[in-house]
Amino acid sequence: MRKIWVIARKEWAEVFKNRFVLFTVVFMPLMMTALPLIILYTMGTPGEMAGFSAADMPASFADLCEGLSGETCGQYFIVSQFMLLFMLMPLAIPATFASYSIVGEKTTRTLEPVLATPVTTLELLAGKAVAAALPAIGATWLSFSIFSLGVAILTEGSALLRQVTGPLWLFAIVVVGPLLAVAAVSIAIMVSSRANDPRVAEQISMLVILPLLGLFFAQISGLIFINETMILWMAIGVTVLDVGLLAFATQLFQREAILTRWK
Amino acid sequence: MIVAKGLTKRFGDVLAVEDLDMDVKSGEIFGFLGPNGAGKTTTIRMLSALISPTSGKAKVAGYEVGREDNEIRRNAGILTESPGLYDRLSAEKNLSFFAELHDVEDVAGQVERYLRLLGLWDRRGDVAATFSKGMRQKLAIARAMLHEPKVLFLDEPTAGLDPEMARLVREFIGELKDKGRTIFLCTHNLDEADRLCDRIAVVNTRLLALDTPEALRAKLYDRVVVIHLSAASPEYEKVVREQPFVRSVELKDNKLVVGLDDPERNNPELIRALVDAGADIQFVGELRRSLEEIYLRLVK
Ligand SMILES: Nc1ncnc2c1ncn2[C@@H]1O[C@H](COP(=O)(O)OP(=O)(O)OP(=O)(O)O)[C@@H](O)[C@H]1O
Ligand SMILES: [Mg+2]
Repeated sequence: MRKIWVIARKEWAEVFKNRFVLFTVVFMPLMMTALPLIILYTMGTPGEMAGFSAADMPASFADLCEGLSGETCGQYFIVSQFMLLFMLMPLAIPATFASYSIVGEKTTRTLEPVLATPVTTLELLAGKAVAAALPAIGATWLSFSIFSLGVAILTEGSALLRQVTGPLWLFAIVVVGPLLAVAAVSIAIMVSSRANDPRVAEQISMLVILPLLGLFFAQISGLIFINETMILWMAIGVTVLDVGLLAFATQLFQREAILTRWK
Repeated sequence: MIVAKGLTKRFGDVLAVEDLDMDVKSGEIFGFLGPNGAGKTTTIRMLSALISPTSGKAKVAGYEVGREDNEIRRNAGILTESPGLYDRLSAEKNLSFFAELHDVEDVAGQVERYLRLLGLWDRRGDVAATFSKGMRQKLAIARAMLHEPKVLFLDEPTAGLDPEMARLVREFIGELKDKGRTIFLCTHNLDEADRLCDRIAVVNTRLLALDTPEALRAKLYDRVVVIHLSAASPEYEKVVREQPFVRSVELKDNKLVVGLDDPERNNPELIRALVDAGADIQFVGELRRSLEEIYLRLVK
């Protein structure tokens, strides 16, 4: 366990010196926190949404508005679109991070001396995974906290805040987010083990955000709305995916393969 | 300290190392020579438990390759073919990371000790990217030493270093031997191998020869004595040829190049015969074959 931490700390010391990684880990969460708040601010001018009622909403969303005023429901509808963006972070950040941390080690041939130490293959991969996943989860949680704080200030602690910090959102951010990060990390490690250019690895790994983007656009166009059941199914689905990916990864990454095939 | 029996490694169709038998004694510097692609790096990787042999067995520091790999990793240090440093980290961080992976107790102490020993202490805070090739190599050697391994594998430690730096590294290797470590040295510098190594193996996929540098010389070549005369003549050559113990004679300028079995015993008699024949002898010396000649003859 201690060695996983030793490796993760080394990754951070090294990879955060890279501008591309820093950009993704700092700038993206910043943007995704600011964007919904700005939108909320511009539409939140009192009176603007007063005429709104739950009946104006797509039927599938109306259920989520139970007990909310028309105005809050309108705001919630807009803000809801961004919940998925908060789940984009745990997917995108590990893709970038793992690409640079693994392809970087390949190009500098630093893996051989590492493998010559009594570190286990599992510790090595776990260290890299932790290094990529923790900043992603941390950034997600931090930006969500800032977002909630912003909602509290902008709407003066209204019913909207209760929705945004309610079980649906918390479950999505606190549980599904990290599960997504694990999936993104495993995929990024697999992709990076075969790629020779960190930017190519990053781009391929970024494809993991496509299903989520699909969901995002489906929601914006009113096809579906993320509710409790859906997020629960999503959690179960991603958990199964994670277990499968981790089992596959440990099979794939034998010590010798790392040394002779990570080229 | 290192024993290999029938050690073989195949990469797909490529046979990299075939049926290698050797026994490296504790405390010796063992030279491992061979042309490019001879399987030297592959052998080091097998012996340091980085890759597994296709067949055959090996023991390092008493632990069996493939079964007690973690013990081998604890007891062996390796200087890999390319230094493999983290360019964005300082020299100190590069080393402390490896010290922690090796469970070294006093991380800061060991890091300081080897940075000082190799003359890098003043540059400890600089990132490795700013280091010259020689400094990188020294840092990589320090990295291999942090956990005080019993066995040290060095893959071309002086490749690409200037003569002064190469000499520093050689002296350092000599000091390591004096402290009782076993050193397995791959090199293309034959002069270096000749000077440093107690025994030498010449390989080209298979083991071609294994012995002390002296014994390799004796096995492959007659001993040769060179006699410088103030004025040579074919007559002297004839005198030499008539001696029963002489195997070959050649007259080159004013030198007689004589091949014989046992110069210590035969030389006095040979010289006497020449003096009696009226020759003016200036110097008598032995022609030492360079290890290069031996090597080239072996790998041909
Ligand atoms: N990972 C690998 N996959 C496939 N073939 C390999 C691999 N590593 C080495 N080989 C092959 O094994 C043979 C021996 O290579 P090795 O690197 O051990 O040679 P070497 O003696 O160290 O050469 P050099 O003096 O150039 O360093 C070569 O033919 C090489 O192509
Ligand atoms: Mg080599």
